[in-house]
Amino acid sequence: MMSLTINGEPVALDAAADTPLLWVLRDYLNLTGTRFGCGMAMCGACTVHIDGNPVRSCLTPVSMALGKSISTIEGMANDPIGQQVQQAWMDEAVAQCGYCQSGQIMSAVALLKTSPNPDDATIDSFMSGNICRCGTYPRIRKAIHRAAGQLNAQQNSLFTEVKA
Amino acid sequence: MRKVELQGASSPENELTLATNPSAIPNGIAGLDLVSGPVGKPSRHESAIQHVTGAARYVDDLIEPANGLFAAVIRSPIARGTITRMDLEPVRKSPGVVCVLTVDDVLGHTDIGPVFPGDPIMTSTEVKFFGQCLAVVAATSELAARRAAQAAILEFEREEPLLDAREAVASQQLVRPSHVMTMGDVDSALASSHQVLEAMQEVGGQEHFYLEGQVSLAMPTEDGGMLVYTSSQHPSEVQKLVAEVLALPLNRVTVDMRRMGGGFGGKESQAAQWACLAALLASKTGRAVKLRLPRQDDMIMTGKRHPFANSYRIGIDEAGRITAADIEVIGNCGNSPDLSDAIVDRAMFHADNAYFLGNARIAGHRAFSNQVSHTAYRGFGGPQGMMIIERAMDDIARAVGKDPLDIRKLNLYGTEQSEPERTLTPYHQTVEFNYLPQLIEQLETSSDYRARRVAIRQFNQHSPILKRGLALTPVKFGISFTLQHLNQAGALIHIYTDGSIQVNHGGTEMGQGLHTKVGQIVAQTLGVELERIVVTATRTDKVPNTSPTAASSGTDLNGKAAQNAALTLRQRLVEFLAAEKTVSPEAIRFENGRVSWGGSEDMSFAELVQAAYVGRVSLSATGYYRTPKIWYDRTNARGRPFFYFALGAAVSEVVVDTLTGEYRVTRVDILHDVGRSINPAIDRGQIEGGFIQGMGWLTTEELVWHADGRLLSNNPATYKIPAIGDTPPVFNVALFEHENDEATVYNSKAVGEPPFMLAISVWSALRDAISSLSDYRLSPDLDTPATPERVLKAVMAVQAQCAQNGMTGGAV
Repeated sequence: MMSLTINGEPVALDAAADTPLLWVLRDYLNLTGTRFGCGMAMCGACTVHIDGNPVRSCLTPVSMALGKSISTIEGMANDPIGQQVQQAWMDEAVAQCGYCQSGQIMSAVALLKTSPNPDDATIDSFMSGNICRCGTYPRIRKAIHRAAGQLNAQQNSLFTEVKA
Repeated sequence: MRKVELQGASSPENELTLATNPSAIPNGIAGLDLVSGPVGKPSRHESAIQHVTGAARYVDDLIEPANGLFAAVIRSPIARGTITRMDLEPVRKSPGVVCVLTVDDVLGHTDIGPVFPGDPIMTSTEVKFFGQCLAVVAATSELAARRAAQAAILEFEREEPLLDAREAVASQQLVRPSHVMTMGDVDSALASSHQVLEAMQEVGGQEHFYLEGQVSLAMPTEDGGMLVYTSSQHPSEVQKLVAEVLALPLNRVTVDMRRMGGGFGGKESQAAQWACLAALLASKTGRAVKLRLPRQDDMIMTGKRHPFANSYRIGIDEAGRITAADIEVIGNCGNSPDLSDAIVDRAMFHADNAYFLGNARIAGHRAFSNQVSHTAYRGFGGPQGMMIIERAMDDIARAVGKDPLDIRKLNLYGTEQSEPERTLTPYHQTVEFNYLPQLIEQLETSSDYRARRVAIRQFNQHSPILKRGLALTPVKFGISFTLQHLNQAGALIHIYTDGSIQVNHGGTEMGQGLHTKVGQIVAQTLGVELERIVVTATRTDKVPNTSPTAASSGTDLNGKAAQNAALTLRQRLVEFLAAEKTVSPEAIRFENGRVSWGGSEDMSFAELVQAAYVGRVSLSATGYYRTPKIWYDRTNARGRPFFYFALGAAVSEVVVDTLTGEYRVTRVDILHDVGRSINPAIDRGQIEGGFIQGMGWLTTEELVWHADGRLLSNNPATYKIPAIGDTPPVFNVALFEHENDEATVYNSKAVGEPPFMLAISVWSALRDAISSLSDYRLSPDLDTPATPERVLKAVMAVQAQCAQNGMTGGAV
């Protein structure tokens, strides 16, 4: 039996120590918002936070997360920065197919927690490990600026009225 | 035209010009205007909240039924040969294994070719490509299945694989017969040309790299049938093929498809095999089976965009206008036809792109190779065909010493007003409503092309190492499936007694916002709020016999079908209310969820629905649509394969480091024609994303096959798709404001594929930068993807030629 803290809640489960965290989240805990993309930490779709740091859960053994605080996309509903990022994502109509976006949002939240006022170069550098085949990058940049409060409510918004 | 300023919007990108066009308003139905209602407004994606909260469910996220199994595929480690030993006993004995199947266990069809035969679901004899499926195993966990698959003992008698498309054509090893389109007398026109140019070109393929890989979950039903959850652009074909391999009638198989995590063509025909294998295992074991390909298997076992080998011989007059074009395009189809006949046809249909060729012969060959069967990918051969004529445009410009933009403009198709004699395509369809001259003029001005051209020439004269390049390239993309019978669609709408509406149609949602647009169309037609409508998963038991969501036609076809269903329901409600209130049907208005019938009285849509239910009015209807006007006579290579053309143009600027071949795209300006946009937020997203994906195809995405036929670029570490840092720092996207002259749904235009080809401007700008080394006299060969290595080689080739000819501006 191992004990984990996921989105603020203590969780006990029985898994081999080398089980990738991604499969613990998805298969043991049914937290399927974190996606499998490539399985080699090259695409970013499985990004979660361990103690606030973005990690690729597909290559992170669950043993590395013991005693640490794990956050997933499901936990962003209770995270003030997470909520800002999710709202900005909708305001900029970022997602197309949506599959990579949990990971994109988790990386963006981690970025804004360490760098609350990023410029394009900072965004590009921090977000470079999260690929999006639909090519939503221009909107990801803009949504991060919006979440950072660098754009006011109406400025360049695609929508006239935005509600969560 | 009237301009509608959106409330609270201040920037020009939020202004929509909505033209009034009577053809958009069906006869006899009042109130279908666009002043109110959601069509034309940038409403967000129907799954926006699920996308950002992680709540959106893809097939792999569904909760598997009790005792479900997981499958893994045993694939060929060689590209060509005969299987001499396939010992699966170690697989069967592996822990957790429940079932192992080979082709010999298949009761029904063993060939799952979508159009033509040639795609065995598994093979136990002859191997035709690296990664070919030999057997499939189901086990109690995914890990157990994958470990078991490794245990197979396989021996082969290897043969030398054929990998080169030109070699295949030379030895007539083709997967389908060649096709030729002719217009005029190309040989005599070439002979009498002022000058004849010739060139060859290799255009690389492309891995789809949908972030959600291929996946299916098959569940046996009590009547011996099968329910399949799949990530597919073509649920009806999955249904048909699953039924055929199980030897069942189609009515026993249901396919459910809520959303894909990207498709891009890769799940048009090639999602079916995984659904069929899961269904075979499910049928055999009586248990649910999920098959999700690991990323490497996915990249190895599924087809790519076809690599092409193109060539041209083009005659021009003194001004650089084309008088004759003899063009050959060869698609490397891989080992089977799959969709290659139509893909190479589409390459041929777009080998003219936006230009009148005068006299033309366009030959298209479908080369066999010992590669995975190459398949649909956004543009469906069109991009590969366009590449040859865009190469020619730059080559002509260098040959006559003009700006490539002037050569492109000189060769554009004519319009009804100007040079109508220059409007015939090599397949004898007349180009109508050609707004490209106007569109290009507008983009040339908005992008400041001429001033930047001057500045770039000056920069290049004073910059010995870094060279800048600039190019404007147009796109004219034909809209319709070239296989005529696919141009049909169905829809099903239910109105429930609380006034909520459920819409179902034959199209699939892969991120392109199809369900959002269809929802908008139905809301508009019924005069209700968008929130009242839910578009549900695509299911073969709701709307049958559907076409793939492909050819950019999802909204054109399914939007119309849904609109027709909504019109039927609206008509029933109008007739009911007119009789109830003794008013004329023309007086009845549906708007914002309220219904009025003249005077001050009105009621809510829900109240009307409740009354209509009590009044015994059917509140469910189907809708159907087929595209008018289109035909193609393949024997004579002439017809009207396309209902209309989507148009656009892009200007790209690059800077190249001539010491390393590395480069950056520094600015992109796009003006694209989506007709009257149904949803500008979605359409602009398609343009941005399509361009970036096209740029990846032409620059960094390199498929590498070993000489023995193995795909070496089989994971994201060895195959580079664009990342956020590759996005141009200046990226201006605008919609060309003009409604579609053809009567499409709300006079919109298809948007899925056309913007992809705008990225050809990046490749052309790279050639421009390299050509500057010769003071724009030489036109460099630059096959694609134009990786830094290829750019450096092209730079060195131009420098060497300059040195040899004693030209200035050469070696630095």
